[in-house]
Amino acid sequence: MEQALLYIAGSLMMGLGALGAAVGIGILGGRFLEGAARQPELIPMLRIQFFIVMGLVDAVPMIAVGIALYVLFAVAA
Amino acid sequence: MAAEGITSTEYIKHHLTNLTFGKHPDGTWGFAHNVDEIREMGFWGIQVDSIGWSVVLGLVFFYFFSKAARQATAGVPGGLQNFVEWIVEFIDTSVRGSFTSRNDLVAPMALTIFCWVFLMNLMDLIPVDWLPMLAQQIGHHAFGMDPRHVYFKVVPTADPNITFGMAIAVFLLMLYYSVKIKGPAGFMAELAFQPFGKYGLPVNLILEGVSLLAKPLSLSLRLFGNMYAGETIFILIALMYSAGIGMGVFGGILQIGWAIFHILIITLQAFIFMTLTIVYMDMAHQEHH
Repeated sequence: MEQALLYIAGSLMMGLGALGAAVGIGILGGRFLEGAARQPELIPMLRIQFFIVMGLVDAVPMIAVGIALYVLFAVAA
Repeated sequence: MAAEGITSTEYIKHHLTNLTFGKHPDGTWGFAHNVDEIREMGFWGIQVDSIGWSVVLGLVFFYFFSKAARQATAGVPGGLQNFVEWIVEFIDTSVRGSFTSRNDLVAPMALTIFCWVFLMNLMDLIPVDWLPMLAQQIGHHAFGMDPRHVYFKVVPTADPNITFGMAIAVFLLMLYYSVKIKGPAGFMAELAFQPFGKYGLPVNLILEGVSLLAKPLSLSLRLFGNMYAGETIFILIALMYSAGIGMGVFGGILQIGWAIFHILIITLQAFIFMTLTIVYMDMAHQEHH
């Protein structure tokens, strides 16, 4: 029972983290493309800001994946 | 694998444990032999590997940059000078982009943070078993320790102590400049009278206090979490080496793929740590309107 709960916890961590980041990065990339199409001369500046925000958004699911894999392979195994 | 005949759980935990030096409960000083001893050491257990690597990498950074500064010429620059000038210029552009006040400390601090964090993150790209196994051999042959008890964790930024240390240093500088620029009264007023005016004082204090404390917390946990997760994934892929030759080759390919993706992450995280430090320092220098 406890084992099964750990597996469910790990998969929830990975899945929900990825879900949030997918929506976030989708919106972010869409707006980046919109901005780039409207003002192509701003692309270098926009790209830097895009990567900063992408790093911020990307951090949470990456951490979730790491902790989930730790739970799945080191705690549950 | 770290030693013959251990389970994958032991292997993962072994790789994620620091080499700790501290005071044993019986009063003697020495290296911890297992996780329980580390826990008993508590506050005075020193993570020798994290501190050692971070100091060594800091010295590497100092050595190359001071060498470039001493050899700098106005004539034809060499490769090292070009490289250092490129980094310094890049940091200079970033600081000018997001820091609006005048402070000579911020740009050198941003340069140090970027290069240091990047070098510490770079340790993640060294194959996971090399340095721990080297440490095991040294510990076994030079000090006569049981190889299983020699823990070694190579990436300093995958240790929360290091990232929290850096974030707390940034936090203290932030408080210092807030008080210096706005005065103690101005700083308290910012905490107490934003965003709901003076009649919402308790709510303001709670909101602003939480957002103030969340800054160093998120700064350090972001870096730590990314590096810890990356390290865990490297270790998990390394587990495949023990599952036959087919899985071993596949694991090698996965290891290379993850390492290439990780180059982006380690640079991005070093850059984000630096940018957020600059932004926080800028907020500390700004008077509210």
